[in-house]
Amino acid sequence: MKRLSVMPDEWLDRSRVVRFRFEGRSFEGFAGDSISSALWAAGQRTLGRSFKYHRPRGILSAANHDVNVMVQDGQRLNTRGDVVEVREGMDLSAVNTFGGLANDRARHLNRLSRFLPVGFYYKAFHNKRLFPLWERMFRRVTGLGVLDFSTPHIRTPKRYDFCDVLVIGAGPSGLSAALAAADAGARVAICDENARAGGSGLYQLGGDTARADATRSLLARVRAHDNIRLLEGTYAAGYYADQWVPLIDRERMTKMRAKSVIVASGAFEQPSVFRNNDLPGVMNGSAMQRLIYRYALRPCDSAVVLAGNADGYRVALDLMAAGARVEAVVDMRASVPASPLVDALKARGIEPLAGHAIQEAHPDGRGELAGVTLVKLDGSGRPVAGSERRIACDGVAMSTGWSPTMNLLYQAGTRMRFDDLLQQFVPDQLPEGVFACGRSNGVYTFESRMADGVRAGLAAAAHAGLGEAAPVGVPPEAEAPSLAWPIVPHPDGKNFVDFDEDLQVKDFENAVQEGYDNIELLKRFSTVGMGPSQGKHSNMTALRILARLTGKSPQQVGTTTARPFFHPVPLSHLAGRGFSPQRLSPLHGRHAAHGAVFMQAGAWLRPEYYAVGGKSRIDCIREEARRVRTAVGLIDVGTLGKLEVRGPQAAEFLNRCYTGRYDNMKVGATRYAVMCDESGVLSDEGVVARIADDVFYFTTTSSGAATVYRELSRLNTEWKLDCGLVNLTGAYSAMNLAGPASRKVLSQLTDMDLSSAAFPYLAIRCGTVAGIPVRMMRVGFVGEWGYEIHVPAEYGPTLWDALMKAGEASGIGPFGVEAQRLLRLEKGHLIVSQDTDGLTHPFEVGMDWAVKFDKLFFTGKRSLQILRTMPLKRKLVGFRLAENHSGEAPKECHLVIRDGDIAGRVTSISWSPHVGRYIGLAFLPPDMAAVGTPFTIRLSDGGTVNAEVCDTPFFDPKDERQKEIA
Amino acid sequence: MKLMTCPINGTRPISEFVYWGEIRPAPDANTCTDDRWADYVFNRNGAPGVKKEWWCHTPSNTWFIAERDTEKDKVLRTYLHGDDK
Repeated sequence: MKRLSVMPDEWLDRSRVVRFRFEGRSFEGFAGDSISSALWAAGQRTLGRSFKYHRPRGILSAANHDVNVMVQDGQRLNTRGDVVEVREGMDLSAVNTFGGLANDRARHLNRLSRFLPVGFYYKAFHNKRLFPLWERMFRRVTGLGVLDFSTPHIRTPKRYDFCDVLVIGAGPSGLSAALAAADAGARVAICDENARAGGSGLYQLGGDTARADATRSLLARVRAHDNIRLLEGTYAAGYYADQWVPLIDRERMTKMRAKSVIVASGAFEQPSVFRNNDLPGVMNGSAMQRLIYRYALRPCDSAVVLAGNADGYRVALDLMAAGARVEAVVDMRASVPASPLVDALKARGIEPLAGHAIQEAHPDGRGELAGVTLVKLDGSGRPVAGSERRIACDGVAMSTGWSPTMNLLYQAGTRMRFDDLLQQFVPDQLPEGVFACGRSNGVYTFESRMADGVRAGLAAAAHAGLGEAAPVGVPPEAEAPSLAWPIVPHPDGKNFVDFDEDLQVKDFENAVQEGYDNIELLKRFSTVGMGPSQGKHSNMTALRILARLTGKSPQQVGTTTARPFFHPVPLSHLAGRGFSPQRLSPLHGRHAAHGAVFMQAGAWLRPEYYAVGGKSRIDCIREEARRVRTAVGLIDVGTLGKLEVRGPQAAEFLNRCYTGRYDNMKVGATRYAVMCDESGVLSDEGVVARIADDVFYFTTTSSGAATVYRELSRLNTEWKLDCGLVNLTGAYSAMNLAGPASRKVLSQLTDMDLSSAAFPYLAIRCGTVAGIPVRMMRVGFVGEWGYEIHVPAEYGPTLWDALMKAGEASGIGPFGVEAQRLLRLEKGHLIVSQDTDGLTHPFEVGMDWAVKFDKLFFTGKRSLQILRTMPLKRKLVGFRLAENHSGEAPKECHLVIRDGDIAGRVTSISWSPHVGRYIGLAFLPPDMAAVGTPFTIRLSDGGTVNAEVCDTPFFDPKDERQKEIA
Repeated sequence: MKLMTCPINGTRPISEFVYWGEIRPAPDANTCTDDRWADYVFNRNGAPGVKKEWWCHTPSNTWFIAERDTEKDKVLRTYLHGDDK
């Protein structure tokens, strides 16, 4: 291991030395080094411990798959050493050790591995009695990193971005695609997860700089192109519908919307499988090339290259160019295809060993690579006994195959085909607007990749409406880039397939033997591909093993589902502000000044009650209610939906929407209105007021305001009646002045005639109050003399203040939602969606009178006609508890029990100071609904309370308080 | 996130829209049997295929018709009610 002299495309800034600590020891690197490369340069080869057996692990991919090299960097957990840049002052420790990396106490698990068989979790948790024991143990030994709960709360910005063509991957094919699309006029964004673009074009050289020159020239053109934005250090975390791709960089998530997406994400090199293939020093060939050309680092001094494709020969040449001694090039293929690369190696005195493999790697005293045993393979790929030969080396490069990076293509819904020549899956049918090129499209030859990029770039631009797709010749590959069987069996195992989860070949054999012979079952049972790298270096090998064990082809075995995210995304990147709207009444400030305690009511914040110092919540609510019954109170009802329908057919429109009749209403009158859906279920209620022959003003429930307006708009669109609908919910403020003194208070502020003759109960009048134009209705939910006053929203606070001031002498006070709920309950009024549910029809709640069957049509009519002929299943009735009831009272939704079975439920209940008892509403079967019937309510703790059906209203049964007194 | 094209406001993210349901001809309420009516009210055809549906662009409260291939998860076209040509 030695730093090399400056490489032309190295990522290092040699002018800045970075000092950091790892496992308590001081290290130095250069700015631009990854944590792993800086440590490797300093001779530190053991960088982490494996998850299950705590085996020492080093660099495997140097491409964000080295999940055994995760370090904790203060509050940053599970930082990946192979890709995260080292920074001055970092104090790093390896995760998943007990007592440090060197002397990890759990390293002895390695020798106990036979007691940790495949499917261990399944088997351990099978026994209920031992479950707690295992749970405690697993909690102790699993999990990576240590969370610091004092980590500050930060907000991470999000960004929205748009482009015509998004190219994912800035290697030779992606850069070519970007240029072709941009030349066709497309606005192109090209991202690459690496800190610098160029991809394999700048490190898989085979000692030949022509590839790097070509890539550099592509990069220069991309950087200079006005239509192209190059996003380095940015990865595409997933593919979502209609070309929507979250791009993740160090700072934030960018939600990128493209018209076309090109996946040029290359391929993952796959580790070969032989005994001890995980020793620090054994790594993918491409990892060695990254170390050489990105970090100017000779990965080892003496190397053995295990090859299965042309790339292996390039690795050997690159190693030699970096000054390493290549002890042997071992090719697992029976014969080596002739190529200039092979000739170049032979010219350097290295004769490849065809039909050979590495049978086993040997550790030194620290558990790091010291040598290998080579072995000859027979015709079926099994080692020939007696052919073993031991070679000392401190590096093994594995170059036996690739797995295309198809995660996003899978997420986009691409149908894949296994290509037997290439020995990999290739896109068979791509979704519209999604394109693939380069190695993820099964194209490996360098020049072909650039041509394939041009083809994809033109096609993607054409899909975005720019230029035309053109045929570009991409010759077929001459030789397979991957071996069908990169596996060497060994009786003593430890030949790892999945480095995340320490899965060996025999684990797969055992899992299949136990019946987990389907790829999805195998994955869940063995946990293959379920570690942090999500199978990027293991799924393909697992699939090959399963195919061979079950006698199927890889196509028949199929792949598991690749889900977002491509790499783990920090939660801080995902968390953010919610986008649910919050509505505030125009009177919100007045409520807050009165000490209101707010509650969520649909999208609105409403005062639940107004807190008074030294008084409990329930006392405040009762005092507010008492004030309404004895003096006067004021409540903000501006959250009600407020709609207006205008036009010659306005009355017909309401006739169709609500169950009642509105064509025969007089101008100045109001009428209670009930709305049903097509199945006859109560959906909303309100008050309809006729302002003029062709103008109706009407209210909906607060919670239904948005949906009722929307649905009525749809019906109006469908019916095409001669009328128009206006939503005045936000434009009007409304408040209800209620109580015996309400007329006296109001009369001080208006010259309107408030006499019963001029302004009777249920009438609407327009006029002015406190100089403000109002629409005023003599209606009220609470059963007192009262006025519901609607004014343009901007006048709301002025009117509120005027009423509060005028009412001072009468003892006026505001009341909140809870007091109103109590007062309306005393009157037996129901609240839609509290006292009704998704099945309640008007006949169940005694609203037969509101349903006018003599109309030609209204929504729900046909269903209600059917329901009318059927016996009722339940009825909403009033009930009360005994006068001397003490102890816990039932709550809403407590069940009514008869003979041990559920017979009904409580929908509303409250203690009424004015009745002197607990009163409520409940659904009961019709045979229990007669006044005086006793019944039983079950409490949460299983205890029971006796109740009795009674008449409603509970208070002022003849509604005398709302009408003219005498 | 999917895109939907409002005939008035153009192509917008699907989160700005609400789906109402498939447009289905109602049987004649005056002549149909109770069973036929109940079938209309309660049963929906979930088989994949091309559906005509009501959609609403909520910020502008624009109702329109979308023809959607539920098998291919693709919106074929959108138009205002009555503009079906």
